[in-house]
Amino acid sequence: MKPAPFGYARPGDWPEALSLLRDGARPLAGGQSLGPMLNLRLAQPATVIDLRHLPGFAGVAVQDGYCRIGAGTSHAEIEDGAIPGRLGAILAGVARRIAYRAVRNRGTIGGSLAHADPAADWVAVLPCFDGAAIALGASGERRIPLADFVLGLMETALRPDEVLRAIELPVLPPEARWGHWKFCRKPGEFSKATACVLAVPGEPPRAVLAALDMPPLVIADAGALLAAPEAEAARIVAGLALRDPWRAALVRTALHRAALAAWEMEE
Amino acid sequence: MTAVGAADAPPQGVGASLRRKEDARFLRGRGRYVGDITQAGMLEVAFLRSPVAHARLLGVTKPEGAEDRVFTAGDLLGVGAIRAASNLAGFRVSEQPVLARGKLRHVGEAIAACVAPTRAEAEDLAAACTLDYEELPVVTDMLAARAPDAALIHEHWPDNAFLETRREEDLSDLDGIAAAKVTRRLRTARHCMAPLEGRGVLAEWDPRLEQLIVTSSAQMPHVIRTGLAEILGLDEAQVRVIAPDVGGGFGYKGILLPEEVVSAHLAMRLDRPVRWIEDRLEQLTANANCREHHYVVTAWADREGRLLGVEVDATVDAGAYSSYPFSACLEAAQIGSIFPGPYTLPRFRCRTVSACTNKPPILPYRGVARTGVCYAMETTLDALARQLGIGTDAIRLANLVPPEAMPYRNLVGKVFDSGDYPEALRRAIACFDLDRLRARQAAGEYVGFGLGIFCEQGAHGTSVYHGWGIPMVPGYEQALARFTPDGGLELRTGVHSHGQGLETTLAQVAHEVLGVPTARIRVVHGDTALTPYSTGTWGSRAMVMAGGAVAEACRLLGERALAIGAVLLQAGPEAVELAGGAVRRRDGSAAVALEEIARTWYRRPQHLARDVDTGGLEVTAGYRPDPDTGTHSYACHAVIARIDRDTGAVALEDYVVVEDGGKLVNPMIVDGQVLGGLAQGIGTALYEEMPFDAAGQPLAGTLADYLLPGATEVPDVRLDHMETPSPWTRFGQKGIGESGAIGPPAAIVNAINDALHRFGAELTDLPASPARVLAALEAGRRR
Repeated sequence: MKPAPFGYARPGDWPEALSLLRDGARPLAGGQSLGPMLNLRLAQPATVIDLRHLPGFAGVAVQDGYCRIGAGTSHAEIEDGAIPGRLGAILAGVARRIAYRAVRNRGTIGGSLAHADPAADWVAVLPCFDGAAIALGASGERRIPLADFVLGLMETALRPDEVLRAIELPVLPPEARWGHWKFCRKPGEFSKATACVLAVPGEPPRAVLAALDMPPLVIADAGALLAAPEAEAARIVAGLALRDPWRAALVRTALHRAALAAWEMEE
Repeated sequence: MTAVGAADAPPQGVGASLRRKEDARFLRGRGRYVGDITQAGMLEVAFLRSPVAHARLLGVTKPEGAEDRVFTAGDLLGVGAIRAASNLAGFRVSEQPVLARGKLRHVGEAIAACVAPTRAEAEDLAAACTLDYEELPVVTDMLAARAPDAALIHEHWPDNAFLETRREEDLSDLDGIAAAKVTRRLRTARHCMAPLEGRGVLAEWDPRLEQLIVTSSAQMPHVIRTGLAEILGLDEAQVRVIAPDVGGGFGYKGILLPEEVVSAHLAMRLDRPVRWIEDRLEQLTANANCREHHYVVTAWADREGRLLGVEVDATVDAGAYSSYPFSACLEAAQIGSIFPGPYTLPRFRCRTVSACTNKPPILPYRGVARTGVCYAMETTLDALARQLGIGTDAIRLANLVPPEAMPYRNLVGKVFDSGDYPEALRRAIACFDLDRLRARQAAGEYVGFGLGIFCEQGAHGTSVYHGWGIPMVPGYEQALARFTPDGGLELRTGVHSHGQGLETTLAQVAHEVLGVPTARIRVVHGDTALTPYSTGTWGSRAMVMAGGAVAEACRLLGERALAIGAVLLQAGPEAVELAGGAVRRRDGSAAVALEEIARTWYRRPQHLARDVDTGGLEVTAGYRPDPDTGTHSYACHAVIARIDRDTGAVALEDYVVVEDGGKLVNPMIVDGQVLGGLAQGIGTALYEEMPFDAAGQPLAGTLADYLLPGATEVPDVRLDHMETPSPWTRFGQKGIGESGAIGPPAAIVNAINDALHRFGAELTDLPASPARVLAALEAGRRR
């Protein structure tokens, strides 16, 4: 389990990173997914671009009601409170359930989202927020709504010459309700079903169902789910026509329990 | 002789919970494993492995320009195949080529060895090879393997079976007599042993000694040496096997692997040190397979639950080859002899098949067949109890061998040495508030209580193994004990310690006999050049066998020291004794320390008597218990399991083990052994499974897919010990190393079924994954 030969580039600034990208190189953030794929020779890029030393790759800034999270911000930083307020508390709760601390120390929010494994935590959770992925290309930054970012299994709306620069999420009021539930048989196992529900006063509640073998399912108005969690979860999941009855039961349970958790004002 | 130190010195002998001597280096990261060892000019090996489960191998094209760095079967002149025969009637021996020859019989089978200065470059070479093969129909299921139209894996065999055994007994009258009869089909999953450190080997040829030096992550270095010498055509003295620190064995590291043979051959042929370090992908998909059984069990009982008879049809998926030295029949042979368990079973019929399939060979894993057998017997007993409407405790108490019958010879000739099996059961049950549990069940909670009780034969010797005729039969265990010139004590033993704590416990044994402080005792192991021959560490035997041998060697050494000491004290032999690390006059008037006695023998021989024993202060002694049919430790596992009815997930609320390992040499180490085994047993019960698709592709290639229980999956276990000495061993100790891994599947699935049966559901297949639990509940709902 050693990688095939590859080149290693460590750009000093973003334009250099983008020019490397145009030559077909593969960006590397925390390496917690790409690393094993290289070792298993499932990925054999000619060059790996190490993004970790680029200015502003990691870090959090709040401005104009939005929180901008650098793509290179690690799960551990988020777990440890890098993001302020109610939004930060919610994301810290998600981050602390990602794999193990050793993975969280290196893995990044942007790397995970751009990798677009349907079972990954950020892939499942971020579409629940009315935010955007910030893509950086030759002509500057482009905003992609998070609900439209992941298109399929390891497939995103990023163009080949773009890199994920940051994630922008709305600052949330303290009374925003949040429920998140996922099924793993042990920490570190890929989730078999993830659901989350966000209810911000004055806005229609949103829900996401993920870790399916397809892009996350965004429920833009989850009012009915919050009103009747069990029945509505059953109705939604029946519509997915999942073949494996166990997975169907898990997905139904995930949605049901995430909705209940939102009522219980879970962190 | 008992050690008498200063009155307030903490005890160090047999029975003391001494901290492990070896932990000083392990906890500091100072252990030294094969992967830590390099040699100048060393080459690394990567294997090109079969991508398919069954095919005719037509050719291998080596990368252009790299023909001299890639080796296939045709390049290995003078290297034999691995043959692990058995003389059980009808056994068919397979030829396991060390590199595939003519046919590919499982995914991951080694086809070519590629060498390069680094492993990555060696893998590049393997990736650049091209294979030409013609796929054949695949046999992935052990039951389908026996179908008349199944493809033959070894084409000169009449069918895909290594061995069939039959113990016939006519049970046809039982239907008319019995108050209850149940039949169950049960399966245990194929899984993979997962020691933290995988296999690894570093081979080099020493031209001065004309010797092949093989540093291997091995738990049975002497047996590996014998196997290597035979296959490579060398004198055994031309092979030295060193097993340095080894990160867990569990049976896997007793096996002679094709990769070891190839690496050793290449070291000689290339005259360069050659190293192969197994990675996790190789371990999971090509090598460390174990455990896969299928049972059809029928049991009859009278109204009180007394067993009238049991009939078993067992199939073991033995994979494609018979592995060295335990052969492909170890599991099935054990099933036939241990199925009656700790019970007074009056009648027994048992047929076993060791089926050959297109999967890696099945290897013995901690507990070997006992884990599956205990699961089959104990779940069947619970089904019987439910049918009779009696308690699961009552049915066991009606059948357990009573203490007054010990030693007890059961109907297949197993002799249980000592113990109070019913008491273990009662103690375990007394740890729980079962009324509260029944109330929770009545309130609709999905919770249940399960029991699993078993005995574990350990340290069984010649009389048990000779009949099988496998390449390795244990005999007398030897140990060497000697004083160094400065009065330290050195013990040399052919067993290997890779988690068992033998560097501590054997020192405790020596301290018990000679009174030397354990800080001054060094245990040398893991090198065939430095230690007496031993079959090694397996079968829960080391503490009984090596412990007995060390005690005997120390006893004889003590006599020699006593004689020298008597002369130095100018006393007659009857006027002195050995105590507290010194030879003392019995009247207390004078003493001479063992250090002084050692100094005299080695460096001041002018003070020795003329008639001194010229063997000096070095003794090799052999030991074997009499009878050598083995010790039987036993344990009762009891657990409360809670089931999430929406997801099928199982949580273990409370787990109790009552264990009897006879006299415990170091109770703290025994606790560690039981807990470690228990974690593995929980893996067998709930998590571990290597699925194969219809084409024979293993589907769990990483530890993200192959689930092992971790710290968050193993509950806080309550351990209780009984201590019934074995009448046959040196200190009354019993083999207990595998015990923890045997009981969990039985106890946990019984607890699950106690929860499920009220909903018409019952689980029969391992592991009890959420999907299986939910499917059982769904089937119950439809019923």
